Amino acid sequence: MAILEAKKLTKIFGDDPKKAIPLLEKGWSKDKILKESKLTVGVNQAEFSIESGQIFVIMGLSGSGKSTLVRLLNRLIEPTTGQLLFNGSDVLRMNPEQLRQYRRKHIGMVFQKFALFPHRTVIQNIEYGLEIQGIEKKKRREMAMESLKLVGLSGYEDSYPHQLSGGMQQRVGLARGLANDPEILLMDEAFSALDPLIRKDMQDELLELQTKMKKTIVFITHDLDEALRIGDQIALMKDGSIVQIGTPEEILMQPANKYVERFVEDVDLSKVLTASHAMEKAETITIDRGPRVALQFMRDRGVSSLYVVDRSMTLLGLVSAEDAAAALKDSKGLEDVMQKEVPITSPDSLLNELFEMMGNAKLPVAVIDDTGRLRGVVIKGAVLAALAGNGNSLLDGGDSE
Amino acid sequence: MNLPKIPLADWIESIEKWLENNLGPLFDFISLIIGGTVNGLDDMLRGVPPLVIIALFVVLAWFLGKWKMALFTLIGLLIIENLGLWGPTMQTLALVLTAAIISVVIGVPIGILCANSNVMQRIFTPLLDFMQTMPAFVYLLPAVTFFRLGVVPGVISSIIFAIPPTIRLTNLGIRQVPGELVEAADAFGSTPLQKLFKLQLPIAVPTIMAGINQTIMLSLSMVVIASMIGAQGVGEYVYRAVTQGRTGVGFEAGLAIVILAIILDRLTQKVVQRTEKKS
Ligand SMILES: Nc1ncnc2c1ncn2[C@@H]1O[C@H](COP(=O)(O)OP(=O)(O)OP(=O)(O)O)[C@@H](O)[C@H]1O
Ligand SMILES: [Mg+2]
Repeated sequence: MAILEAKKLTKIFGDDPKKAIPLLEKGWSKDKILKESKLTVGVNQAEFSIESGQIFVIMGLSGSGKSTLVRLLNRLIEPTTGQLLFNGSDVLRMNPEQLRQYRRKHIGMVFQKFALFPHRTVIQNIEYGLEIQGIEKKKRREMAMESLKLVGLSGYEDSYPHQLSGGMQQRVGLARGLANDPEILLMDEAFSALDPLIRKDMQDELLELQTKMKKTIVFITHDLDEALRIGDQIALMKDGSIVQIGTPEEILMQPANKYVERFVEDVDLSKVLTASHAMEKAETITIDRGPRVALQFMRDRGVSSLYVVDRSMTLLGLVSAEDAAAALKDSKGLEDVMQKEVPITSPDSLLNELFEMMGNAKLPVAVIDDTGRLRGVVIKGAVLAALAGNGNSLLDGGDSE
Repeated sequence: MNLPKIPLADWIESIEKWLENNLGPLFDFISLIIGGTVNGLDDMLRGVPPLVIIALFVVLAWFLGKWKMALFTLIGLLIIENLGLWGPTMQTLALVLTAAIISVVIGVPIGILCANSNVMQRIFTPLLDFMQTMPAFVYLLPAVTFFRLGVVPGVISSIIFAIPPTIRLTNLGIRQVPGELVEAADAFGSTPLQKLFKLQLPIAVPTIMAGINQTIMLSLSMVVIASMIGAQGVGEYVYRAVTQGRTGVGFEAGLAIVILAIILDRLTQKVVQRTEKKS
């Protein structure tokens, strides 16, 4: 079930904002409305639903309404019209007290420039949200410490924010957002102020936290790579409107219009595509067959080697035509001649990592899932094709897996 | 152009009459509080031997500043004592402190109101300009009408003249709290009061302290004027020396005021710096 659902959620800035609603419904553009009525369209009739546990990424150029949209979700900015449902209940109908409870318990926020309170220590910053709920001092300190540990900053509790580096400050921001244990975390360009290396670390950490804590995250960025890396769903905004919502693959492969196309045209596919996109069906033989069968299979299928698996497709090794011939001559089993050292990878390792790995290996790479089962094989040619920007066909093939 | 003159003076005077007739008990009450505060402070300051007070000030200066400040405080206060102006100087200090305390008690909340409402700010800005630019003598008269001669109208007119910086800088200090921080406080579900006490005021403290410093200085600059309507203290000595043409006496009393001003200024500035360092 959707945890957050927006229907025609709209924000107009200016005096008498309702005046612009009929114009929006007529389909007027943001520019035209500004010219004719002096009103600024912040968010134009946004429709989306966010599933619990998802990372929902909002992206778009500067001024496209990302920050405004995310602030409508916790009513830091009051929507002009539309509907917003949190677990089915109407957020826009909440009275001030209900709204405070919603913000305290259910929806946290992490800010672009950290927004840490300079007069409070790290731990006092983290426990702010608990303190204002009236949670008793000892208990809230404990909870805040837990949160601090989660972001790997134990030991810094008594430092002041200005004594920490940017990356550390944002970790504190993240810990503060997590301390109340809200179901939803809003992150407005939370990593934009960090340098690229730290930024990648933080993305990894966020993904790790996400698998551990199963938060619903609304993440704003104007960096496509970041969006593709962490997003389950991506919403692309332009002039206040959402122009497309979809999975990273959908955005890349079926751009809804020219705007999205331009957005994604120079994306580095090797950082997006994974082994599961590039892999092909692996030719296998079960271990209880003899070398003669193996040679027959190779002839039939026109390959020079086979992956040896057990009945539940667990990979055991690789046998080549020469191995099989040798086994036949010495009347041995496949088990005795197969190579047990086979390069393997997981379905969601990125192609650019895979490429490095394949650089010095002659063999193809076997793709093994979490349960140890052989899912397919990636050959060097497919990776090269993807890196050359020829990923479309790969994705189509990969999706059918 | 032969329009009749607007009878502004008449209006003001009838308002004054009306206030005097109808709000008498209120003025008596205010008078009681202010008079009580000044007298209480005065009794405290003059009830102990000068050397004890001097020692206290020196320790405070030492604690807040460095030895230089402590030394200046020591010498300055000893000079005042030596000139025989200790008593009146302490009376003046009591008046100034009372004016400052009341200015803070009234001014900070008004500053907070102004910071939270543009309407309030628009109402108060011209009013404060008016209070600071209208010559003090003009509101001495109604002050005397309402509160009779003595120290109370002196404190009242000091407050009117000296309160604007506290209000202005409280307003400014709170408005200067970065929007992102306010947003963060809101996003976590703070009530307006939690936001005020846990975020806005702590961050605004250095600015508010700078306002209080100015308020103290301004109320000190009112002591001579206050003495004209019967407030006792060194101001009285200056005033009398001027009317009697006794330059030497005037200079001595003036020096006492200057010394007191420098000490109060440096002490409050040190407090400002300390709060700045903290935030
Ligand atoms: N308080 C405001 N008053 C008037 N207009 C506003 C206000 N806040 C935002 N806008 C306008 O709304 C539009 C969307 O702004 P918003 O800040 O949401 O963009 P953004 O996508 O977050 O941009 P960026 O990437 O630069 O952060 C812009 O045209 C902006 O000028
Ligand atoms: Mg923004």
